[in-house]
Amino acid sequence: MDKSSLKRTRMRYRRERRFKLFCLSALVLAGIILVVFFADIISKGYTAFWQAQIKVEASYTQDVKEMPFLAVGEEVSELVSRSWFRGLPRKLNQNPELLGTSQTQWVLADGAVDQYLKDKPNGLSQKEKDLVDRLQEQDRTRLAFNTYFFVNGDSNLPESSGIFSAAVGTVYVMIVTMAFSLPTGVLTAIYLEEFAQDNWLTRSIEVNINNLAAIPSILYGLLGLAIFINYVGIPRSSALAGGLTLGLMSLPIIIISSRAALRAVPDSIREAAFGVGASRWQVVAHHVLPMSIPGILTGSIIALAQAMGETAPLLLVGMMAFIPDAPSGFTDAATVMPAQIYTWSSAALRPYAERTAAAILVLLAVLILLNLTAVLLRKRYERKW
Amino acid sequence: MTLEYLVLLFCGGLIPLAYAAHYLGRRRAVADMRQGERLNSPPSFYGWYVIVWMFLPALAASAVFAVLQMVGVLSVPLPVVLVGFLVLVAGGAWLGLHRVHASLRARKIVEGVIRWLLFIATCISIFTTVGIVLSVIFEAIKFFNMVSFWEFITGTTWSPGSAFLEGAGRGGEQATEAQFGSVPIFAGTFMITFIAMCVALPVGLLAAIYMAEYAGQTLRGVAKPALEVLAGIPTVVYGFFAAITVSPLVVRLAESIGLEAAYTNALAPGMVMGIMIIPFISSLSDDVISSIPQSLREGSFALGTTRSETVKQVVLPAAFPGIVSAFLLAVSRALGETMIVVMAAGLRPNLTWNPLEGMTTVTVRIVDALTGDLAFDSAETLSAFALGLTLLAVTLVLNVISAVVIRRFKQQYEM
Repeated sequence: MDKSSLKRTRMRYRRERRFKLFCLSALVLAGIILVVFFADIISKGYTAFWQAQIKVEASYTQDVKEMPFLAVGEEVSELVSRSWFRGLPRKLNQNPELLGTSQTQWVLADGAVDQYLKDKPNGLSQKEKDLVDRLQEQDRTRLAFNTYFFVNGDSNLPESSGIFSAAVGTVYVMIVTMAFSLPTGVLTAIYLEEFAQDNWLTRSIEVNINNLAAIPSILYGLLGLAIFINYVGIPRSSALAGGLTLGLMSLPIIIISSRAALRAVPDSIREAAFGVGASRWQVVAHHVLPMSIPGILTGSIIALAQAMGETAPLLLVGMMAFIPDAPSGFTDAATVMPAQIYTWSSAALRPYAERTAAAILVLLAVLILLNLTAVLLRKRYERKW
Repeated sequence: MTLEYLVLLFCGGLIPLAYAAHYLGRRRAVADMRQGERLNSPPSFYGWYVIVWMFLPALAASAVFAVLQMVGVLSVPLPVVLVGFLVLVAGGAWLGLHRVHASLRARKIVEGVIRWLLFIATCISIFTTVGIVLSVIFEAIKFFNMVSFWEFITGTTWSPGSAFLEGAGRGGEQATEAQFGSVPIFAGTFMITFIAMCVALPVGLLAAIYMAEYAGQTLRGVAKPALEVLAGIPTVVYGFFAAITVSPLVVRLAESIGLEAAYTNALAPGMVMGIMIIPFISSLSDDVISSIPQSLREGSFALGTTRSETVKQVVLPAAFPGIVSAFLLAVSRALGETMIVVMAAGLRPNLTWNPLEGMTTVTVRIVDALTGDLAFDSAETLSAFALGLTLLAVTLVLNVISAVVIRRFKQQYEM
């Protein structure tokens, strides 16, 4: 081999290595982004799972019913959350035996105190900071597990706001979504795969479904607003309006995955059933459908996860309202987890930022769990024919 | 009457009734069989036959009734409706039960009903499309009655100005004329989409090439699920990431090199949107690249090429249509993406080439116009539907082109 061709070969090999490195670095970059993303959200959100509390000497005199602020000493009353004071009159009315007694107890601290104890920017004055420091030395402050976050609804006080009403709203919306889209989607898939003849109508329905799958979600919001709310008259912000909108949105996903599951059942099974005299519906209901249930379930869970994380169409049907109490029906005003995240992220008060990140963590955990279930289901029941 | 009550009524009342009807119909058929007659269909189909008789007339009647009620031709108090419904159910069941006899072709009839049911379910997807198109078009037409189509398409100023005041019921107080020129909005949309594609296309495509051509089983086993996790993250979360982490970072970086950047700059949402689309591009391209026949690669290797030369000169040109179609789908997804831009991009339409300035997008304007307290028939609210119509048209065109391209590609390699 002469020198120049040797040189060229070397150059080509160098180029080969460079290209491979290039491609690998793209993959690594995607991985790094994923890690940075999760690290960022976790580092912002994990502190919200602990909440500051202050030990106070609360004396329940008759006056407290009128002016709850009197329950604790004037000095610390600035540091205690106003939500605790708000609840006092009712608590005393329900438990009259408490009147006239006094208790030493841990109560929820103000949001600013909470942020100060977590070394985050806060609105405390120097005097208040000194006071908190003094309380800390006396072991009268602590960061306890934040149960409020899971049992409270939204609130205009960051320290007592939680995800409960949003979580219940999400459950309601998902019930409507799945109750609508799962049967409709599976029936459509059965029709297209097993019953429909191959004619222009069927083909145009297929094209239509594929197009629906690619329509931006916000346009479903426009549909929900114009038709469900303005025309049919379903109450705005209700779980019913949101659920139906999301149901239409997840319909194409369910149809496409169910069709794939039905198609995966080999024809020999159908032919055997026809051979012993089964009708078309009997073939489907007794043989094809049971065999494709794992595939249909997998697709449905993925559609559910997608619908659960969707926000844009729900904003348009009004599901970003301030909802402090969990909805008790399908037509009540409700909000959902992603909408709650959106509302909190645009709130001006700083302590909401960590709650936003914490709500994101909860949502992501649920979604990843759902997707994992789908993957495991597919692995466990996947059949090769 | 609330919805919960209806659901309860349905589950508590109609399902047991249907069960009873099924039982009676089946028993009648079986009784015939015991007398030595030959049944035309399996016994349970006679039960279903009675159920069909029980519900079909009642449902048809209530559907007609609901339409009449909605149009406003007649209004009957609810108890009357309920009683009428129950009478129809009972009458239907009685009639159906009397028609059951051994030679009745119950299976064929029930099958026909099922077929229609399936067909109706299928039609819902068509109704959805029609619904989206109609709801957008009707409101958009109202908008174009107020604002000329030409001004909407070519105008360069978007200032709803007094339209806002009219919507709030204070029209004519301040007579700044409302202008609805959508060019700056579309410019912002395309700018952010362009930034997103600049991030997503190289990273996604190169990652796909590595996974399809170089990676071993183990790496694929890790990388694919990781990318799926990236794809499963809700967009509102990306929006939070863009607004809280990436935007300030961009501003600080720009300051450090002496540039001025707004917190609502287009770069941050664009980049995060790109991250969101990476898994979309990489999984589609991975599928396309993997579907290129192995023989093409082997032919190329036989000529003594290195792997990268094969990829660049054989595989990629062959996969090009597929990659183009993936790219178009990704663009249509970026154009319609809402939450990231709502949370991280600006609200003010701004016609500029500078990605560090704040600019707004179509989806932001839609959300902004429809979540305010404006009257539903104000020009600004209706402008959301005109923007939605444009968005729908653009995404549909992109999807159709992409579908045509991928079909050609599939035919070529007989996938």
